[in-house]
Amino acid sequence: MKKTAKHFLINLTSSAKDLAPIVLVIGFFQLIVLQQNIPNIGDIVLGSAFVLVGLTLFVYGLELGLFPIGETLAHSFVKKGSLFWLLVFAFALGFGTTVAEPALIAVANEAASVAKLGGIVSTENELNNYSQTLRYTVAISVGLSVVIGVMRILKGWPLQWIIIGGYLLVIITTIFAPDFIIGIAYDSGGVTTSTITVPLVTALGVGLASSIRGRNPLTDGFGMIAIASLLPIIAVMLFGIIR
Amino acid sequence: MSILNSLLSMLWDIAPIAIVLFGFQRIILKQKIPNLKRIIIGFFLVWIGLTLFIVGLEKALFPLGKIMADQLTSSSFIGSGNLDWSDYYWVYIFAFSIGFATTIAEPSLLAVAIKAAQVSGGFIKVWPLRIAVAFGVAIGIALGSYRIVTGLPLHYFIIAGYVVVLIQTYFSPKNIIALAYDSGGVTTSTVTVPLVAALGLGLASTIDGRNPLIDGFGLIAFASLFPIMSVMAYVQIIKFFRKTE
Repeated sequence: MKKTAKHFLINLTSSAKDLAPIVLVIGFFQLIVLQQNIPNIGDIVLGSAFVLVGLTLFVYGLELGLFPIGETLAHSFVKKGSLFWLLVFAFALGFGTTVAEPALIAVANEAASVAKLGGIVSTENELNNYSQTLRYTVAISVGLSVVIGVMRILKGWPLQWIIIGGYLLVIITTIFAPDFIIGIAYDSGGVTTSTITVPLVTALGVGLASSIRGRNPLTDGFGMIAIASLLPIIAVMLFGIIR
Repeated sequence: MSILNSLLSMLWDIAPIAIVLFGFQRIILKQKIPNLKRIIIGFFLVWIGLTLFIVGLEKALFPLGKIMADQLTSSSFIGSGNLDWSDYYWVYIFAFSIGFATTIAEPSLLAVAIKAAQVSGGFIKVWPLRIAVAFGVAIGIALGSYRIVTGLPLHYFIIAGYVVVLIQTYFSPKNIIALAYDSGGVTTSTVTVPLVAALGLGLASTIDGRNPLIDGFGLIAFASLFPIMSVMAYVQIIKFFRKTE
């Protein structure tokens, strides 16, 4: 119990360190540059406390539960050597971690409420549906990205060709995509890969690259995140074209 | 009441991960789950933590981003009348500072930087790499807000960025390419993303002639593209100095 409390405190300070630069910059601008009052300051302080405690519990929970089991699984699948199940697992890992990514939840909700203002969706039901579909589109594409990333490590394909191909596809889909989806699509690439996805997917990549002969963890182990930030852009634009 | 609702909907959000991990472990690998009790506690904490985080986001970070955008563009602060894009200079300074400050403190970037320093045998150093990435994000967000102020189409910037990345890739040492590409995705953290997204939407809704739906997004895209360039530029520069020595 004492150990847990100590661990929790360490996590709390590290989350506070994450928030500190934001508080500093905003404080500087409010006090020195703008010199205006912040409306609802109470709500904002309370909300920030929620963010701080929430982030701490979240990261602690990840370390306690998710990361150990994720890493064990990644290693067992690499050792087991069944290509089919490895690819299924790669997809499931990418999909499962992205659906619960907090930054993606936040941005999808925001995108939906903006879509409501713009008259693209009207009812509350459609609004939830919109943000849900957006998230699943992104999650499926991250799942596929991890599959492509695993194939790349197994076959030793050079990363830059995949990325250049991806860039070309992004440009082509941009031509056909409706205006309102382009910004959200481009953003969703950066949003998907944060707290949960990065460590688990990197564990899979580096684990694979170091267990296959002739692969280098630096050149082959990295790169999964890059693919996972490219494919969602294309997928979300396709979602915009189809609907 | 709203917290209870959020708790319930969050349960749906994390269920897929639990099902994936437990399903694979039990059904396909047919293995027992080690430390089951710890893992259940971990999932419980993830659930509660994520709920608090999202509720706090909606209470604090989103409004804060919008308030900053509002106040920085309000007529009482920058005056009224015919405003040129350069009159919004405080917006760009704010965007630059928030990008730089949050990236320098980003823990996942530190982890990646340490790993990169180890693997490159001291060729890449931790602090310069962090500063390079932070500059990339800062310039990206500042340029992104310039785009929102002027209303220029997002894809022109991104496509131009891609071309620069491709040219740099051609001249970069092969072994750092993957690292540079990944550093783009790593930098945009859980706390930065909502704040920056709200800033963009706020700017697009307060500046005359901008539509949040079309102009409001894109800041995060800039923030994940520019670090790729700045990391490759950093490696180019140290390579150049090594040669001249």
